[in-house]
Amino acid sequence: MSALYNYVLNLADNTLILGQRLSEWCGVGPFLEEDLALTNTSLDIIGQAKMLLELASEIKGDDETADDLAFMRDQHLFKNVLLVEQPNGDYAQTMLRQYMIDVYHVYLYEELSNSSHEKLAAIAEKSLKEVTYHKQRSELWIKRMALGTQESHKRMQNAMNHLWHYHHELFESNDEIDELVQQGIAANPEELHKKWDVEVKDLITQTPLEIPTTGWKATGGRVGHHSEYLGKMLCEMQFLQRAYPGCEW
Amino acid sequence: MYSQGLRDSQAGDDLPELLEAFQKRIDAEEKIEPRDWMPSAYRKTLIRQISQHAHSEIVGQLPEANWVSRAPTLKRKLILLAKIQDEAGHGLYLYSAAETLGESRHKMFEDLLSGKAKYSSIFNYPTLNWADAGAVGWLVDGAAIMNQVALCRTSYGPYSRAMVRICKEESFHQRQGYAIMLKMAKGSSEQKAMAQDALNRTWGPSLMMFGPSDKDSTHSNQSMKWKIKRFSNDDLRQKFIDATVPQAEYLGLTIPDKNLKYNDKTGHYDFSEIIWDELFDVIKGNGPCNQQRMDARNKAYNDGAWVREAAAVYAKKLNNKKEVA
Repeated sequence: MSALYNYVLNLADNTLILGQRLSEWCGVGPFLEEDLALTNTSLDIIGQAKMLLELASEIKGDDETADDLAFMRDQHLFKNVLLVEQPNGDYAQTMLRQYMIDVYHVYLYEELSNSSHEKLAAIAEKSLKEVTYHKQRSELWIKRMALGTQESHKRMQNAMNHLWHYHHELFESNDEIDELVQQGIAANPEELHKKWDVEVKDLITQTPLEIPTTGWKATGGRVGHHSEYLGKMLCEMQFLQRAYPGCEW
Repeated sequence: MYSQGLRDSQAGDDLPELLEAFQKRIDAEEKIEPRDWMPSAYRKTLIRQISQHAHSEIVGQLPEANWVSRAPTLKRKLILLAKIQDEAGHGLYLYSAAETLGESRHKMFEDLLSGKAKYSSIFNYPTLNWADAGAVGWLVDGAAIMNQVALCRTSYGPYSRAMVRICKEESFHQRQGYAIMLKMAKGSSEQKAMAQDALNRTWGPSLMMFGPSDKDSTHSNQSMKWKIKRFSNDDLRQKFIDATVPQAEYLGLTIPDKNLKYNDKTGHYDFSEIIWDELFDVIKGNGPCNQQRMDARNKAYNDGAWVREAAAVYAKKLNNKKEVA
């Protein structure tokens, strides 16, 4: 499959899987306004997934639709980073995961808005408006929890200890991506990583949170090596299309 | 709570002249606003009705959210999420409308969680297959619209204005529900069976949404006089049935009522007596999902306690900082 297809599919799967995870909060948020806000974030992100999967389908050029890509692919063909498939955990974990992705998305879509690939640039431009708002919100939650009560600080530190190891994967590169960067299509992962690091660490220094200094680093999503969580999540998400293939819904 | 100074008759001074003047305003179709004098029973009835309505929106998120993670296409997933988000938004407007009557959202929420306050019994039934996501929109939102369109003209201003907005969104909800039913009913034999099964299970409880028969409705007469209610339970129920039967026919589905028949003389559909014992039993707490729904709401509330506390403490810290500066 083409480098562009793989690149777009990674972006698409990151959003699809994150949106699916966020939608699990629908109806059970910590209070009504948050329930609305989180569902709205989920809506935005699944909307991005839909646009990106449609683009992937178009690049692929056969009869596989965006829905086929979402609902009929097995887990080893998904290219999302492991961060987005992690269970929601408590609200601290959900919001830290969100913040990590939001900062990444803001810089990513800023770059891609200038992509030489017209459709990718258009999707990025639209999505940038959404993720800019998502970031404002998740950033505030990191502060609220890190600086709120003892319990909220403890929970946010636990989330940090768990999730920090997953961020490196967002910025992994390979020969295909390097070439797309050269062509002005893709965003440079190294540049994104630098910007991400500055911004996230700046926020953390405003809080008592500590960054874990050692530990394992997540990897493998781009080549289909996922955590155990993804398979189960797909079983649920893909149930109807798998059980009753070929139907219209 | 900001009940102090409320201009009504809480001290038992329902003076006949005040009551008479109030009724005149109602009869003249004037809207009653939060700062106006109102009989304490009017206020109490509205708080009960609006908070029940708000609770129904909030609990009503749960049966539909049951299918979000399994929605069959990206488009359906987005529509369903947006619809449930609308329902939560309706809850928010309605709690706000009830707050204008002097009841705090916190108190209303506590009454819901303790089981003291009621919500629509329809949400105590399970959503068992994907067509239920359709049937809920088509029938449950359809029945709700019948009630709510009438409530757009209710006498209490904030409630009436909330309803206008809610009705606009609900009519989309009903259409999306019918669109799901249409796909299912015209789809494979398995899809059609799911659609029929969802209709079979949802029909009876939808008719119960209009409340007890007029002859047994405890709150109806005074509410009609005060124009909180504009139509009787039975009239709205009949209107719903008359509108829905042709829609079911178009889908090629059979409404599960062997006595359902168009009556040339009345110009309405006749239908079987509703199983009222079932309604009263579900209201009492004995429906298939009462416990599950309340457990889910309580769990969400309890799990969210530390989040709400953190937000409150952080806001206070920020304020203190500002004051020091």
